[in-house]
Parts: sequence; C-alpha cells; structure tokens
Amino acid sequence: MNLGPLGITTASQLAPIPAVRASVGSGQLLGACRLAWEHGGQLLALWVSDDRDLRRGFCLRVLLQDDDGLTLLEHTLRDAFSQYPDLSAIFPAANRMQRAAFDLTGIASQAEDQRPWIWMAGWPIDQFPLQLDFETLANWRPGEVQYPFVHVEGEGVHEIGVGPVHAGTIEPGHFRFQVVGEKVLRVEERFGYAHKGVEKRFETLPLVEAHVLAGRICGDSTVAYAWAFAQALESIAGVEPPPRARWLRALALERERIANHLGDLGALGNDGGLAFGLMQFSRLREDVLRLNQVAFGHRLAMDYVTPGGTRNDLCAPHALLIREQCVALEREVRALRDIYDEHAGLQDRFRSCGRVTPVVCAKLGMVGLAARASGGNRDLRVDFPITPYAALGVRKALQGDGDVAARVAARFDEVLESLRLSQSILDVLPTGDTTVEMPEAMPARLALGLVEGWRGPVMIALETGDGNTIRRCHPHDPSWSNWPAVEHAAMDNIVPDFPLINKSFNLAYSGHDL
Amino acid sequence: MLHILRQIATTGVITEPAPEPADATAIVARLQQQVLDTLGRALTIRHVDAGSCNGCELEIQALANPYYNVEGLGVRFVASPRHADMLLVTGPVSKHMAIALQRTYDATPDPKLVVAVGDCGCTGGIFGESYASMGRVANVIPVDVEVAGCPPPPVALLRGILAAVGKRAGGSPPAGGLPARVEPR
Repeated sequence: MNLGPLGITTASQLAPIPAVRASVGSGQLLGACRLAWEHGGQLLALWVSDDRDLRRGFCLRVLLQDDDGLTLLEHTLRDAFSQYPDLSAIFPAANRMQRAAFDLTGIASQAEDQRPWIWMAGWPIDQFPLQLDFETLANWRPGEVQYPFVHVEGEGVHEIGVGPVHAGTIEPGHFRFQVVGEKVLRVEERFGYAHKGVEKRFETLPLVEAHVLAGRICGDSTVAYAWAFAQALESIAGVEPPPRARWLRALALERERIANHLGDLGALGNDGGLAFGLMQFSRLREDVLRLNQVAFGHRLAMDYVTPGGTRNDLCAPHALLIREQCVALEREVRALRDIYDEHAGLQDRFRSCGRVTPVVCAKLGMVGLAARASGGNRDLRVDFPITPYAALGVRKALQGDGDVAARVAARFDEVLESLRLSQSILDVLPTGDTTVEMPEAMPARLALGLVEGWRGPVMIALETGDGNTIRRCHPHDPSWSNWPAVEHAAMDNIVPDFPLINKSFNLAYSGHDL
Repeated sequence: MLHILRQIATTGVITEPAPEPADATAIVARLQQQVLDTLGRALTIRHVDAGSCNGCELEIQALANPYYNVEGLGVRFVASPRHADMLLVTGPVSKHMAIALQRTYDATPDPKLVVAVGDCGCTGGIFGESYASMGRVANVIPVDVEVAGCPPPPVALLRGILAAVGKRAGGSPPAGGLPARVEPR
C-alpha cells in the first residue's frame, strides 16, 4: 500500500509475501486504514504487545492486506491507560479483535463497545495475561459472568440460548437467538470458551519446540499453522527450506484442504437431510486420513511441517499411492457431486439459505472460502503465490450467490482443484533434502507467516527474544473475519436451518479463542 | 435416486471388525454384552469439548464413518447429557469450560462413565495448567479411562470406550481410584 500521501515512511517487513511496516500516530493509523479501505484493502489481524521492558510502552499492530501485499502498522501507546482510535467503523471485524486485545493486554480502544470478548471470569477482570508482570493465581476458580446480549423486544419474541455444550460433536461456543415463531430475527455469538492461553504458552516454550504448539492451535488446520509458523521462524533465522520440502508442504496443505472439504460436504449433506452423503464423504475422508498416516506419519499430518523443512521424506511407493488415490477420489467426488446436484430435497435446503451477498461480504471484510462463495476474489495461492504455487497455477473457486449452495459448490470446486494440484506436485516434485539445519534465531526480530489454509489466510506473527526464545507470538485465524458473517447469514432464516448455515462456514473456535 | 442406489451398491459394506483381540466377532459380541450387562441397553455417549484444539473432535466424528460404524456396535452419540451413559471429554479443560463441564457431568444420570480423550485430556498436553487451563479432565471431574494420543485414532477411542464399559462391568466403583490408561498403537 502506498502510504506516501499520508506522509508515512515505510520499511520492509519480514514476510512470505510483499510486506512493509510503518510506525504511525493515532491520526495516521486511522488515515492509513481509511486509505486501505478505499483501495479494497482488508484488515487481516490486530494485536497488542507489552513492550514496557524496552521502555516503549505497549505496541498496537494492525495488519492490512491489499493488492500490493501486506502493510503492518505499528502504533505505540505510552502506558496501560493509553487508548487508540476505534477501527471498527472502517473494518467491522476490528470490533472483536479490539475487545480481545483488551481482555488479554489491558489496552483499550476508544470504541463504544467495551464488552469483554474472550474473558469470562477465567482470571481476575483487572489482570491481563499478556502483560509482562501478569502472575497466575493458583487458587483462582473460574466464575460466571452475565454477558450483555442484545435483546430484541416485541410481541412474540423469545430467546433461545445454545451452547457451549452442543448437540453434535463440535467445539464449544454459545449462540443466542432472538426468535419469532421459528424465524431468526437475530443471533449473537459468544466465544472464549476454548481459550487456553496459547499466546502466553508460546512465551514459555523454547523456539525450537514451539512449532508443536503452532500445530495444535487449530487441529483441523495443523498443516497451515505449522507452515505459517515455520515461514516466520525461517525468515528470522535467515534460512530457506529445501525445494523438495516446500513442495511436500504444499502437498500436505492441499491434502488438509481435501480432507476438511470432504468432511464438510458429508456433514452438509447430513444436515440437509441426506445421511447418504455423510456416509459416502466420511468414507472418502477416512481414505485420505489413512493414507496421510502412511505418507506423512500422522492422520492429520500433525508435526509434519517443521522449521527448516518437513519431518520425513516421501518415498516413491507412497507417492504412487497418493497419485492413485487422487484419481479414485476425483471419480468419486464427481459422481457424488452429480447426486447432490440432482437431489431436489437437498438443493431445496441449500439454495438461498444463509445468504451473504457480495456487498455484505465486502463490507464485513470476509476472507477465504466463505468470501469466495460470496463474490470475494482473494486466494493467497493465486494473488501472492509462494513456492510451489507460482509453478502450479492455482485456479480460484469463485461463486457469487453467497448461500449454502455456493459454499458447497466452492468446496466441490476446491476439492477437485486440490486433487489436480496434488498430482501436479507429484509430477514435478524436486529431488534432494527435505530439511535444513536451523541456526540460532536473531533476537528482537518480528516476522510474519501467512498461508492460505482451507478456511482462508492463516497468520502467525512471531517476535524473538534473546537466546532462542519467543518474546511474543500472535496466531490469527481467518474465522475472526468470518464469524460476524454467520450472524448475518442466519438472519431471517428459520432456527432449524442454523446448523446447516453454521456448518456451511465451519469456522474455528479453538483457533479463534486461543 | 438411481445414482444413489448405484453408489450404495458399488460402495458395498466396508465396515471393519472392531479392534482387538484377534477374534473380531468375539469382541463385538463382548462389547455388546458388556454394554447390556452394565446398562441394560445400548451405550449412549455425550461428547464434551472442554477446550480441545478440534483434533480429537475430528477423530471422534470419524467413529461414525462406515469403516468404524460405531452405531453398528450399539454405541450412539446423543444430543444431551441427560440421555447419556458416558461422557467423552476432550481437553485440556479451559477455565472457561470448567463450569459447563461440571454441569454436564452433574446432568448425566448415574451410573455414568467418563472417558478423557487425547493427551490434553489425559495430562493437559502441551497446554498444561495455566491461567487459562485447568489441565487434565481428571482435575475437574472423576475419570474412568484415559485415552492417550494426539489425537487418538478412532481405533484407540473404541478401545477406550470398551475399556470403560469393561471396567464398570468388572465391578469397580464408579470413577474411583486412578483412571485406566489406553495408549494408541
């Protein structure tokens, strides 16, 4: 982004795609965000670090993405009582990020909405875990908090609360519905249940072990997170993983995408009343996971991506098995797609259900798969291709209807494309080592990792301390930008369609709550 | 419809025998008999995610796929703890889920079984105990069996469920003493 007109000077920023960083005052911060918005830019992440030990107070970081790449805005706050301007009028997704940043660091925005977002009495309200002098109270027992949900009033309006323990085998979160009859007037999300202190935990781990934690931020996206973490650490250490490792990482990432999309397509069929779909797609997903165990040594490919490369190599017989599976899967997925498309009952549930129009999608700043189903056009694998994606020529899966049907169609398109990519990777997989030695990382460096996971862009911001330690690590899930869209998509639909709508997004709780 | 029927016919029955010992039919019969002896009916399970990374959830969901066909063994996942014989709990237990987990446990009728799932459920895993994490499931509610693994594959989960039913069938007091541990293979 060209910040010249605002009189802001930029420096280069360590990141896998073109990126700049700039120190900004509060006026410049607002100006830069407005400029980004006017040029189609998006808010990718917002987080705060406690730099009081460096006599710099606190540092607010705002990461924006536009067609030029990334812009990291750094705004210094003198002390814990300083505030920064509310960015949610420009980027609605900033609302929750600002509230979460306060819960964890005690640094507040000037926004009107000061409700907690992650905090729910797991620790004292006046203490902030990511402040350097935070101390854990051993005998602190979690309490209960009354969260001020927005209530709808009027004749016949009633409220339904769902969660955090759900009816299905899914993650914990709370949804508060305001309903007339069976029509949803409004649904409000309440998260933070899965908050287990990931960012603080990073600071206690040696740098060389932290990729294990990165791979467990969000179990369904373990490859994406581990890769993003490896990118950040490798750029700080100044090493490049061998070509073969990069291609194998992409193979693992595409298989992660395939496995998740297959699981979702089955669950969506089931939620739409076609249990046959769940049986068929869960069978195909299991086939993928079993071959992952053989080829990557783990069903979900956890810990396969390591800083410096990959944990193990892919031997020729396993490559052949993957190739054969890709061919078989393509045949099966096409057959099942025909069945889904022809099934009137299923299409009746999918079509026009849970719609997010392209205008709303752009306003909310949605990302990833859900955005591409609502007229969005961003895919890091195409827009800023890292090795090996430049050589692969990824085709974006773009849909414009923004309903459940569009998100189903986008998944079908992406599964087929990822199967093609997997085979292309195996066609030209470079030979050689799959790992390089990691030297000690330079202290006091900040690097970004960014990978297009199956939900969307997965980001890791890694800041090193002295002696191979982590000073600060902020992981950011694409779900932050898309959860507000689920609230929007559910409006005016009926309550029984909510599980279908929610599943069609299938966003992360753990990856969001950290 | 014709396409659906053709797909079902060509897929055939792919359900695999339940795990160990070698005689699979015997183990299925034993599981079903133990379930009946202990509970007098099919085993119903309520899953509770008490703060997991979602890895364990994916493998629990896999139990329902046609390869494992857990419903064919008389094991059913239910929507409410009030319908459940067993809680399948993944962790670490976040501070923010501790109350919900305790209430789910209280809502489950006796005699109830608790199986803690995954390295985090067994020990707190890489998250351990912290300002936000209570660590292992047994720190919050009594646990009968712990299934290790990150995440435990579906076969290990089945063995853990079997072990819990067997433990109760063996007459051990409800959730007394140390949890039994099932290791993944």
